Amino acid sequence: MNHAVKDAAFLPFEPLKQTNSVINEPRLVRWLLIAAALGFLSLFLLLPLLSVFVEALRKGAGAYFAAFSDPETLASIKLTFIAAAIAVPLNLIFGLCAAWAITKFEFRGKQLLITMIDLPFSVSPVVAGLIFVLIFGAQGWAQPWFGDHLGKVLFATPGIVLATIFVTFPFIARELIPLMQEQGTEDEQAALSLGATGWQTFTRVTLPNIKWALLYGVLLCNARATGEFGAVSVVSGHIRGLTNTMPLHIEILYNEYQFVSAFAVASLLALLAMVTLAVKSLLEWRYADQLAATHRSGG
Amino acid sequence: MTPLAVTRPRRTRRTMPGLTPTLGFTLFYLGLIVLIPLAGVFFKASGLGFAGLWKVITSERVLAALSLSFGAAAIAAVLNAVFGSVVAWVFVRYEFPGKRLFDAFIDLPFALPTAVAGIALTALYSENGWIGSVLAHAGIKIAYTPLGIIVAMTFIGLPFVVRTVEPVLREVERDLEEAAATLGARRWQTVLRVIAPAVFPSLVTGFALSFARAVGEYGSVIFIAGNFPMVSEIAPLLIIIKLEEFDYKGATAVAATMLVLSFLLLLTINLLQAWVRRRV
Repeated sequence: MNHAVKDAAFLPFEPLKQTNSVINEPRLVRWLLIAAALGFLSLFLLLPLLSVFVEALRKGAGAYFAAFSDPETLASIKLTFIAAAIAVPLNLIFGLCAAWAITKFEFRGKQLLITMIDLPFSVSPVVAGLIFVLIFGAQGWAQPWFGDHLGKVLFATPGIVLATIFVTFPFIARELIPLMQEQGTEDEQAALSLGATGWQTFTRVTLPNIKWALLYGVLLCNARATGEFGAVSVVSGHIRGLTNTMPLHIEILYNEYQFVSAFAVASLLALLAMVTLAVKSLLEWRYADQLAATHRSGG
Repeated sequence: MTPLAVTRPRRTRRTMPGLTPTLGFTLFYLGLIVLIPLAGVFFKASGLGFAGLWKVITSERVLAALSLSFGAAAIAAVLNAVFGSVVAWVFVRYEFPGKRLFDAFIDLPFALPTAVAGIALTALYSENGWIGSVLAHAGIKIAYTPLGIIVAMTFIGLPFVVRTVEPVLREVERDLEEAAATLGARRWQTVLRVIAPAVFPSLVTGFALSFARAVGEYGSVIFIAGNFPMVSEIAPLLIIIKLEEFDYKGATAVAATMLVLSFLLLLTINLLQAWVRRRV
């Protein structure tokens, strides 16, 4: 109350108490907008998510769990996590390097570099798969050499890993660049002037500053890596038990009318997606100030 | 080899260490994973020659697939622009129960694998699904028609508009709205003349992102599309069909066309946005 009076003393007139009514919509309009927004979200987001679990449990828990005893399903789960376990760390290292170079230094062509890093976002996943078929396919230009020295790439795990790396390429770099740009180089310069080595500065100063944004990027990268379908579908060859990832296995089960099994595997990925969203929201609420500005909610 | 000591004095110019290894690795990795493979598409497509390329693109089936992909993506992006703005508005300006929960779910299309979304949407919208059965009474078929493709593309592009408009809307100065109101503007006039111009560039960005994602989308679309040639066959699927027929050149021609069209469109939208920014 006191400071309100004090503030008012600076004004030549009494401040309006009821300003809200002129910058808010009528109650009816408000409720209609909220209803439209929530209706749209429920129809397009919640219902599909719910239906995954309903369809998976349609024939009871027994049928649901039976889906996971199929060796081909287990093989697909394993392959999915192998691909993610290779793709995510590689993109993590790349993201750190790219963000460090872009945010801590000035050089020509920086904007072009950022645009290039974003490229995989605007390329259709199917085209992403195609580019690796053109390189490593039967008539591909790199296949003769690779075939002799490193073994099969296409229709094998390396091809799947490559396609996964391509589609998840920008995720971590994109989370780190805006945040590190905001943070500047002052902290690092202080550490360096106190005698820290470059590596010490990175691990003790930069890394703690960006850890939540890093986790955020890894989460999104991992979600996309485990769920990638189009790109992986082109390079996999769909060899059952060998080159099928979970999403590809879902397609096969679905096309064979094994709906319960298809939705059971899908429910596993849906659960993973929900965990991702939960952790992501938690990060946004708890550590908003340590994420890139675009993820900070106002409240 | 040149002696390394020569480079030492440069350290005084840049105090931060590690430019060479980080930038070096960035460029190497970018080139190896993205640029060289992508260039391969255009290299391969150029092998067809202009006449060959033109022949593939103008074949009836390819034209139908391309116009379906771009047309459906445009409709889905418009739907997302409209509802995305409403959603962003409601989440920025109003309080209601369950807000945080809904807010978390907006990003579901980013987190949920596309194949899972695809079979879930198909189950919902097919004739015996929860939504499909209701619409079937009204004589509307969604699954296995182009309408289904629009539904899947709307799902996949939903978060883009909301997440690009939201931060900008939050920054809009409420003082400006008060000023407009005190100057006698009606509420709708304020919304149209004060808030809309401020938000418009971000809405265009969101639209473009949503559109670009929908054009290339494959996983969530193919289950619900029905994939009838000339009717509900999207361009990415046609690429896969051509690959399975070992028609690598045809597949590459369609892929190169999609890449060029998408880039041209994004470029146009970027220029449009720069123009709008200059005028506002």
